[in-house]
Amino acid sequence: MESRRNPRAVVDPKVRQVGFFTSSQPDSTHQPDPIASESHPVASSISPSGNSLSPVMIPPPRHNSSDTFLLRAAAAAASAVSPSSFSYSTRRDFPDGSMTASPGRVSRASFSKPSSSLPGVGMDSMAAAKSSSVPASGLTTVSVVNMPPGLSEKESDQKKNSKPLKEKTTKAERRALQEAQRAAKAAAKAEGGKAPLVSSGSVASTNVKAAKPAKPSSQKNDVAVAAPGPSEKKGGQTEKDRKKDAPHPRMQYDDESRVVKAKRRAVVKQTEAKNRVELFRHLPQYEHGTQLPDLETKFFQLDPMHPAVYKVGLQYLSGDISGGNARCIAMLQAFQEVVKDYSTPSEKTLNRDMTAKISSYVSFLIECRPLSVSMGNAIRFVKNRIAKLPITLSESEAKAALQSDIERFINEKIIMADTVIVKHAVTKIRDGDVLLTYGSPTAVEMVLLHAHELKKKFRVLVVDSRPKLEGQLLLRRLIKRGISCTYTHINAVSYIMHEVTKVFLGASSVLSNGTVYSRVGTACVAMVASAFRVPVLVCCEAYKFHERVQLDSICSNELGDPNAISKVHGREDINYLDGLTNNANLQFLNLMYDATPSDYISMIITDYGMVPPTSVPVIVREYQKEHSLV
Amino acid sequence: MWRRSASFILDRSSNSPPMADTTQNPDAISAYYQTRAAHHGVITSDWLAQAQAAVEQPDSTHSGLGPNKSFNVIDEFNGWRKQPDLAEAVAAIRAMAAVIRASEATTMMELEIELKKASDTLKSWDKTSISLTAGCDLFIRYVTRTSALEYEDFNSAKSRLLERAEKFGEISCKARKIIAMLSQDFIFDGCTILVHGLSRVVLEVLKTAAQNNKLFRVLCTEGRPDGTGVLLSNELSKLDIPVKLLLDSAVAYSMDEVDMVFVGADGVVESGGIINMMGTYQIALVAHSMNKPVYVAAESYKFARLYPLDQKDMAPALRPIEFGVKIPAKVEVERSARDYTPPQYLTLLFTDLGVLSPSVVSDELIQLYL
Repeated sequence: MESRRNPRAVVDPKVRQVGFFTSSQPDSTHQPDPIASESHPVASSISPSGNSLSPVMIPPPRHNSSDTFLLRAAAAAASAVSPSSFSYSTRRDFPDGSMTASPGRVSRASFSKPSSSLPGVGMDSMAAAKSSSVPASGLTTVSVVNMPPGLSEKESDQKKNSKPLKEKTTKAERRALQEAQRAAKAAAKAEGGKAPLVSSGSVASTNVKAAKPAKPSSQKNDVAVAAPGPSEKKGGQTEKDRKKDAPHPRMQYDDESRVVKAKRRAVVKQTEAKNRVELFRHLPQYEHGTQLPDLETKFFQLDPMHPAVYKVGLQYLSGDISGGNARCIAMLQAFQEVVKDYSTPSEKTLNRDMTAKISSYVSFLIECRPLSVSMGNAIRFVKNRIAKLPITLSESEAKAALQSDIERFINEKIIMADTVIVKHAVTKIRDGDVLLTYGSPTAVEMVLLHAHELKKKFRVLVVDSRPKLEGQLLLRRLIKRGISCTYTHINAVSYIMHEVTKVFLGASSVLSNGTVYSRVGTACVAMVASAFRVPVLVCCEAYKFHERVQLDSICSNELGDPNAISKVHGREDINYLDGLTNNANLQFLNLMYDATPSDYISMIITDYGMVPPTSVPVIVREYQKEHSLV
Repeated sequence: MWRRSASFILDRSSNSPPMADTTQNPDAISAYYQTRAAHHGVITSDWLAQAQAAVEQPDSTHSGLGPNKSFNVIDEFNGWRKQPDLAEAVAAIRAMAAVIRASEATTMMELEIELKKASDTLKSWDKTSISLTAGCDLFIRYVTRTSALEYEDFNSAKSRLLERAEKFGEISCKARKIIAMLSQDFIFDGCTILVHGLSRVVLEVLKTAAQNNKLFRVLCTEGRPDGTGVLLSNELSKLDIPVKLLLDSAVAYSMDEVDMVFVGADGVVESGGIINMMGTYQIALVAHSMNKPVYVAAESYKFARLYPLDQKDMAPALRPIEFGVKIPAKVEVERSARDYTPPQYLTLLFTDLGVLSPSVVSDELIQLYL
């Protein structure tokens, strides 16, 4: 994302300009649009390499006026009037005519904050630019796209000639412009307007400088057009939609403007906690327990929300459903209900409308509780399947296909994957083993139960920690089956580790560099085990693998309820911290996840077999390959 | 059993677990290591007895190939295996090729089932040989992939499989040459190489280096109980390479003057570690602590889908050890023939797929078996 802010001089490799510039370097003045530069090398051949420019004339830096060009290019094509300057960018940036890709991406570029997006997002936007595909959703934008490219070819020539006429703007001016655009965009979102491209027509005929005030409105129009629904069918585009509809799943919550914007669209009214740890300000933290009654009353009033999704959201909020697999399955089953009850509204296609609906439901679920990686991958799968539905299918056929796809995903990737994992893992359990496990991972529980069924002789050590005390649930289930267990808290883990022969851990996700992202406390257990030379085996289904890389537990995490730390249930006599939650000198930090480096992991057991942590990128690659073929 | 607690005394008296659980070979001696011993020219009297018993045995267990078949895959395999220059996996595949030739199946499915049965028989006959298992798996994998392609003519598919099996034999010899070629860059003039065990691949490497007129010297460990050191030094002195014999316990003592360690492998496991003759782990540990590189020369068909977590996590492979004097009956002898070296102590693997780092093994295996 950062690179989009720094225009790159693709044109002349000898001179690279980075950042805003005001000097009159003829070669590199014509900064190609940073967004398009990566995906359209053809741009460099077209853009005047400086020969036609006189050294005195400097076009404004591409960075933000490029927005203008792109947007007005869209407008220009619609109105068939061509200030050649604009169509130039049309030709450059939309060789296939997929216009609406860029305005969205442009606005993304100008508004994006650094370091908040998934790498997938970045790739998606580039994919969107590359996509030669589908015209936009609204009828209006369709007409924009259908401008014969031949027209724009002609205009590109004219553009070259008119290059020298552009003027330069100062840094302050440009910044003011950007702020104006942002405000306008926020206003546009608020009004959730329709898209009269008529007004864009009026913009089209103006010159660069004069059009600057009109920029916000044209931008607003394009944004408004794209806003109501996903403008592209491809899964990649839906990242953009999700961004429009919802706070980005990894949104940085220390950016005031975005938080405000996100709140405006929120269904769940969450009040932000006041007393927060500075280091974790980029993560959302809300007052717990305030939304549930409010939401429950709204149950019958929320028209756009499907009741199944609403129910699942409430269950997340109250903590009834927790654990990666459980949450994912609940969400997917809710989506199945959605599909079953879905009927395409008139004048809309199933693919796009369904994707829009799913996106809005996802945003609701995010508001209830931030997505886990497993859920994120499942959502990507669902949107991919929706996008891949052939248009020729009738509605009922499409719905049936989708439902069966989701069913198949649940069965293959979760339930059967667990069976395969169990099959591999029990081969590692020998008679006389002392197995340690932490928390309550579903995969590990299944392994232990199956090993017990196979009459292997072993005993289990369950390590638990506050405030969730999930280990107690696992303990009950194991004892019921007659497995001999020991229970302890995490502060005793170095004390008992000398008796342990193997450690079995679960994971919320495994990242590309072999890091295991799991319940907080897992890293501690793994490190102690490694110090005692005890092998650590992580059981994780392959659908939870993710291609991102995380080096510490801080940059991406989830904050839980601080009151859970300050209060100890049932022990009123030691509630010393009760009532101190709002003290200015005291901040409570209740982290939900942590990252275990790959050095402490001996083996990862997945449905692809037993692999060393270094092989995770291979599995991610194979998994994606498998999915794109499916 | 590996125990952490002092209760081993109690355990031992109650029920000492059987050291061997190979049912095919009644005295629990690993057939694989027997063959190697045979190749090395070390013949003990009970080996001969074993060989006799082993040859007779498969007839009784082998009932799956149908009544009118007099063909016996184990016999074939044994026949091939006795050639000292042939790798175990290649012998297995040649045996399977013989199965195809002798087969009377008329469809691919039938042939596949027959091959699967033969492979299972071979594998169960000697559970301790990793390259045998790996070779069989590899061939079955290849067969499944080929049969997935629609061949109009069954005979053409059959001949294709035969062709592939034949080629495999050539691949073995070629693999050694490729590995020898790749490792030449790593042997420089004036270097001292420590070698453990008698691997035909490593021998090839050293031969090629000598032929390329490189000046180096070799330290080889005695390699008890196989006596590999003596054999190796015989071979090398024929090539005029300066050789020095070391006691197994003198490795750390001599590690200072060593530039690199070269070993072969019985099997390469999924984590990137190797399973090799007893003593390899020790040498790798010493080398690692003294920052000397450890190079492994292994053909790609030795990659196996095993993942040992520790030394005892593999099927035990035992071999007789002669001490030269009588040992009282109460004294236990550690008879395991091999150990597992974890990947962090290995520097590079020279294979016919190229020069790999240990973590690549898993990548290759995933791509092969998925």
